[in-house]
Amino acid sequence: MKKTNLKTNDLIFQTATKVIVFLIIIYSWHLFFSGHYTPGGGFIGGLMTSGAIVLLLLAYDIKTVVSILPFDYIKMAALGLLIALLTGIGSLFYNVPFLTHTFGYVELPLLGETALATAVLFDLGVYLVVIGVTMTIIQTIGETE
Amino acid sequence: MTLLHLAIIAPFLFAILVPFLYKYFRKIHTGWFVLILPIVLFSYFVQFIDEMMDGNTIIQTAEWIPSLGINFTAYIDGLGLLFALLITGIGSLVVLYSIFYLAKEKEQLHHFYVYLLMFMGAMLGVVLSDNVIVLYTFWEFTSLSSFLLIGFWYTREKSRYGAQKSMMITIFGGLLMLGGFILLYLLTNTFSIREMISQVPAIMDDKLFVPALILILFGAFTKSAQFPFYIWLPDAMEAPTPVSAYLHSATMVKAGIYLVARFSPVFAGTAEWFWIVSAFGLFTMFWGSFNAVKQTDLKGILAFSTVSQLGMIMSMLGVGSAALVLDSVSDTYYSVAIVAAIFHLINHATFKGSLFMVVGIIDHETGTRDIRKLGGLMSFMPISFTISIIGAFSMAGLPPFNGFLSKEMFFTSMVRITELNILNLETLGLLFPIIAWIASIFTFIYSMIIVFKTFTGKFQPEKLKTKPHEAPIGMLISPIILASLVIIFFFFPSLLEYTIIEPAIASIIPGMLGGDEKFHVHIQPWHGFNTELWMTIGVVLIGLLAFLMLSKWSGIYRFTPKKLTLNKGYDAAIRGLDKSSSTFTRFYMTGFIRDYLAYIFIFMIVIVGTSLVVKNGFSFNLRNTAPVGIYEAVLAAVMVIGTITVLFAKSRLTSIIALGSVGYSLSLFFVLFRAPDLALTQLCVETVSVALFLLCFYYLPELKKREKKLPFKLTNLIISLGVGAIVTLIGLAANSQRVSETISSYFIENSYELAGGKNMVNVILVDFRGFDTLFEITVLCIAALGIYGMIRLQAKKEGEE
Repeated sequence: MKKTNLKTNDLIFQTATKVIVFLIIIYSWHLFFSGHYTPGGGFIGGLMTSGAIVLLLLAYDIKTVVSILPFDYIKMAALGLLIALLTGIGSLFYNVPFLTHTFGYVELPLLGETALATAVLFDLGVYLVVIGVTMTIIQTIGETE
Repeated sequence: MTLLHLAIIAPFLFAILVPFLYKYFRKIHTGWFVLILPIVLFSYFVQFIDEMMDGNTIIQTAEWIPSLGINFTAYIDGLGLLFALLITGIGSLVVLYSIFYLAKEKEQLHHFYVYLLMFMGAMLGVVLSDNVIVLYTFWEFTSLSSFLLIGFWYTREKSRYGAQKSMMITIFGGLLMLGGFILLYLLTNTFSIREMISQVPAIMDDKLFVPALILILFGAFTKSAQFPFYIWLPDAMEAPTPVSAYLHSATMVKAGIYLVARFSPVFAGTAEWFWIVSAFGLFTMFWGSFNAVKQTDLKGILAFSTVSQLGMIMSMLGVGSAALVLDSVSDTYYSVAIVAAIFHLINHATFKGSLFMVVGIIDHETGTRDIRKLGGLMSFMPISFTISIIGAFSMAGLPPFNGFLSKEMFFTSMVRITELNILNLETLGLLFPIIAWIASIFTFIYSMIIVFKTFTGKFQPEKLKTKPHEAPIGMLISPIILASLVIIFFFFPSLLEYTIIEPAIASIIPGMLGGDEKFHVHIQPWHGFNTELWMTIGVVLIGLLAFLMLSKWSGIYRFTPKKLTLNKGYDAAIRGLDKSSSTFTRFYMTGFIRDYLAYIFIFMIVIVGTSLVVKNGFSFNLRNTAPVGIYEAVLAAVMVIGTITVLFAKSRLTSIIALGSVGYSLSLFFVLFRAPDLALTQLCVETVSVALFLLCFYYLPELKKREKKLPFKLTNLIISLGVGAIVTLIGLAANSQRVSETISSYFIENSYELAGGKNMVNVILVDFRGFDTLFEITVLCIAALGIYGMIRLQAKKEGEE
């Protein structure tokens, strides 16, 4: 978060980060997707993902991270909220109460028979909101002097 | 909405037009337009006299809030009509007088007439309403318009003071009166006065009956300036004289009289009513006349004289209520007091109105109202002199003026009351005529002062601002009309007897007579040589003597200590209220958040603790508790150590770290109690929040950054121990008294069946209770936007500077 001191050499840290970030992100996706069956879910998945980005921020400076991940996190949070809301509204089209979820087993190419639930879409909203919110907070505070 | 309703609210409607008339017809005095309305209304109301003489009443209902039983019911009976005629009749004369009194170049006439019309409409509404809520509404309208009229010259400090004082006192009474009305509603379940009267025998013994009586009398006494609430009336004399003549002598101050008369059928017949009304009335009469003598301002004398005369009318209404106590009064032996009250009400309106107008003329023509500066005006102002002689002699109770008749009847009723053997009158009854007689002597004295100190004696031109001369004829018309009425009513009282007075009495003491009978109203100037006549002769002789030797005994007024007057008491009360409330507010509104937190916590301890004790809610049993393992014990010990470290750490950094340790042990607890989702989340969130704490710590301002231990305060310790104890007790009690099964079994059974998920926590979060989650993420978004906004907008602001 703090501006990294350019004089110190962070080579080990930065190299390790390059590997570890992907591991964390993959783990966070695992947490996210398996949330319906095992511990995890949108919230903790989102926190983990943003943890990965924070690691990037620590290893590099903010400008670099922004150029790697050019997201507007406020918009990301808004998008997540919109998705969560739309999954709720979607149930209205099927003449069931707001936020009624459904699930089913679908034959997908590559993956075979998979259980898909609309609740995951809602969780996706949560996931995006959590990333958006934490990154907005951290970036905003980090950018101020 | 009928014509009658329209007549009542006509002044309000007309008031809307007044500013336009003022603006577009600048050449014509606005009063001329306004004058039309009261005259039309007066003629409209005159036509009801016939109906009333036949003993009929008129009821017209317009729905207002029918679901609450509040309707604009206009009700005309003898009493209402009498007041309506007074209001419109004197209203016309006052408007005419004001046209010449207020200059159209200097004064804000549009304000004046709007207020005056508002008052007129409100007053008509008061006297012609059958519904008490509507009556109350109009009642407050009169207070409000009176406030505006007293403060008409709002640049003067005394006007504002007088206006505020009258507002405070009359609104105080009005609100109490509303309480009385509501009590009556609770008793009778109706807002209609007529229906209340019909239920009187049933409610008489209820314990709310006397409180209602007292509350309503508060309203009447404050409005009618009875002791000790009269103090606003002398200060209200800062109003323009037409206002004083209209509001503060003829109409508004009689609203209280009206109220007493109107509610006589409900309350009269109880000893409380009789004693309160007549005793306060009599004392007010004495006190007002006693104090009037020492005034030096003409309007001040008239104000106190109004107080005194109102007390006299009030006492007669009280004494007259004895008629309702006795069941067998078929003759009018005791109802003579009511006749006298009504008759004097009319007389007082005539002579007091004319006297005020004359005083206004004197003020207008000489520039002062101080009797010490006035004198010898007789030759300059012969017409005003004549009018004031008529008015003042009538007030003093001399023949051949109408005041003589009503004063004789007043004495008659006071003498007769001593013969009654009810309501403990055997012993105290004798006081009534004596106080009345003494008060009449003072009345005689100040009446003489008004006339002779002003118009006879030495002329002092050097003390006057202008050279006195007779007023223009337009200004004299109204007082002349009123003064002629004073004489006409003496010689031809039959003009009033069965046309106005009898119907009014019939509505004050209804149900006393059968079918077609009428009250016997016969007013005559000569009764033969009886006690009353001797009393009057005594009043004249002693009064004359006292007036001539005024300078010898007026020293007694200096004996009364200045600090003990009611005005001083009122001022001190207002100041005291002001001061004590601000002291109190300053005492508890300290501006320190720690104090407010202390209040909140103490309140919580007291309320929750008391309800635990009172409801006997505490219980403790170990039935449902799980065994405590070694891990739990160790973790709990770690948390306790962490918490204690937070409190006693010398450095803030230590506190933050200790707080983090508490958070991480909490997540371990989650692990231990098999809540993996919570444990994961708690770990991440704790990390983030500790990082944020460290950030805050790092950016603490240099100046105040002193590493200091938390200062110890005993109160804080007690409060925090109390809160902890209470919360623990509640937790234990709640856990020991679990009554129903939890619903978690439903989730366990159905999370896979219905939602297709095996992680129950997540299924609850996104499916069963997804709605909560939706708004929790909204909360997160708001928090992020808040932080973003706070930091970015502040930075921008600094950049601009």
